[in-house]
Amino acid sequence: MREITYAEAKVEALRDVMRADRRVCLIGSYFLGLSPRRVLLEDIRKEFPGRVFDPPISEGGVCGLAVGAAMAGLRPIVDVTTASFLFHGFPQVINEAANVRYMSGGQLSAPVVFHILHGLRGGGAAQHSHSPQAMLWNTPGLEIALPASPRDVKGLLAEAVHSDNPTIVVDHARLFEVKGEVPEELFSIPFGRAEVKRNGRDVTIVASSLMVQRALEAAGTAVAEGIDAEVVDLRTLVPLDKQTVLTSIAKTGRLVVVDECHRSCGVAAEIAALAAEEGFSQLKAPVKRVATLDVPVPFSQPLERYIEPTAEKILATIREIMR
Amino acid sequence: MTSELNQQEAMELLRTMLLIRRFEEGLIQTQKSGISIGHFHVYIGQECTGAAAIALLEPQDKIATTHRNHGHLLARGADPRRLYAEILGKAAGYNKGKGGTLHATVAGLGFLSTSALVGGAVPLAVGAGFAAKQLGERCVSVGFFGDGVLEEGVFFESLNMASLWKLPVVFMCENNSAGALGQSAGEYPGSTIATKQLIDVVAPFGVPASAVDGGDPRAVRDVTQQALARARNGGGPTFIEARTVRWPGSRPLWPELSTGETDVAFAWEPDRIPMAHRDWFANDGLIRYVRQLFDAKLANTKEILALDATVRADLAKAMRFAIEAPYPDPASALDDVFA
Repeated sequence: MREITYAEAKVEALRDVMRADRRVCLIGSYFLGLSPRRVLLEDIRKEFPGRVFDPPISEGGVCGLAVGAAMAGLRPIVDVTTASFLFHGFPQVINEAANVRYMSGGQLSAPVVFHILHGLRGGGAAQHSHSPQAMLWNTPGLEIALPASPRDVKGLLAEAVHSDNPTIVVDHARLFEVKGEVPEELFSIPFGRAEVKRNGRDVTIVASSLMVQRALEAAGTAVAEGIDAEVVDLRTLVPLDKQTVLTSIAKTGRLVVVDECHRSCGVAAEIAALAAEEGFSQLKAPVKRVATLDVPVPFSQPLERYIEPTAEKILATIREIMR
Repeated sequence: MTSELNQQEAMELLRTMLLIRRFEEGLIQTQKSGISIGHFHVYIGQECTGAAAIALLEPQDKIATTHRNHGHLLARGADPRRLYAEILGKAAGYNKGKGGTLHATVAGLGFLSTSALVGGAVPLAVGAGFAAKQLGERCVSVGFFGDGVLEEGVFFESLNMASLWKLPVVFMCENNSAGALGQSAGEYPGSTIATKQLIDVVAPFGVPASAVDGGDPRAVRDVTQQALARARNGGGPTFIEARTVRWPGSRPLWPELSTGETDVAFAWEPDRIPMAHRDWFANDGLIRYVRQLFDAKLANTKEILALDATVRADLAKAMRFAIEAPYPDPASALDDVFA
């Protein structure tokens, strides 16, 4: 199968879902952030005049408009760009989109997709580096997808558009240059199916988004030390594929959770709780978390590096849990 | 462009206004009798606006409304039995008891989510207009909201986009703050905005705006007809400020039947109005409208009283239905999170 970059796969997904469904439109168009590959999006602009909108800098209004449009029959994909900007749209995402199905007793649905670029992009400092997926996960009613490979970004984006629920596609700018095999045709990856990205016997590393790539890097290094790590990519937080996580824990008996959210009440905390409640009897060692430290994100590179979950920190944690 | 109401339309409008007034009065009495419905908001004093505007909408049109939604839902044809049932948290409610008074909505009548957040419904209404334009549907989206929404940032963001993209949207601002005593008096808030009049903040966005007496159904009808025609013809959004005096019963934090049950005969026997409530009923759009019908000989007292009696009897039955209706199965709390 052909190999393409993550950025190419993502743009291909946007193009294909727009070709397949005239209800799809893009509101905002910085899906590749500040990456030089953003020029790829120009083709979409040319192919679909009248379906790509450059909105005012009004995250609240834009997110709300998209929710209303989705309830009225469109399938909008809103590019909120940097995840930190989603907070301006929180009233509409958290209090309107997530609630509309439930509070209407199932009468209404808002099939809208919100796209955000989360995490440390390098020098983003405190106001451009958030990973809000755990906050979003604490809001029933939202589906949350986090691609970590070129194949996944294409399949998960397509599924997000097909979904009748509000979906957040939590993406990471540091994935754009990753290469991998991607089918040519439009396809969907069903939500709620984690993927074992690397098979191993000794320890399970559960991760999502960019942290999957970091975990794979650490697992590759660990081989030289005789440690065979299994990497489980959650792919979606809502719905959550508990079974794949628990099956892996049953196999290895050890769990390291890697997560770019801040450590307290992050995604890693919930996965650790799952292991404690439903996989405790399988565990040979206490669960370990590798997550962003509990401080606002600093600008200076050595400071940023100090607080983020790196491959080195993951490796050190694997060694510790194997001791 | 505007057309006069014929006798049938005039009586239908009266029926809707009476339905709303009696629905809300019944609700306040039910709540006072000890049945818990949570904090709620009533539409008394604003009936003319919702009834007149909604009567002009076509079936495909969309409506976004707020926590003060009962009048809009009834004007659009919601079944009072299911609306009362929703407000009482019953399984037969439109939202299966999951929405209550704050979120009662009827998707089948073109209602979008009923948002109880100040400003929440406005971008939703603009979004429905955006969808209509993208899909090429001849549909107008009407957002009803209170004057407090102009104190929220999202209103301006929404207005800007509706104007930039010429969306088929009617911003129906129901300013019910005249006569409001406000927070400093320990009562419900009134307008807290630096502008002299609300329509002044709309003009710079290039959106046509007009202010009307929200208690005058003909005036509301005229401006709404113009706004709908503009929207349908690709002319973009319109802002309407419908001004009403706040009903004294809606000044306290919890609604009270402080002016008593409305007696429609006040319209032709003003001496029957208790002294304490003369100011209110002199301004009340419903009583003024009844007087107009009476003066124009579109209806006589007997017909008006008969209509009122029918409405009240139907609503009494509807409330009985809602009170007797079963609560939802507790485990249904877990349903309807996702499609």
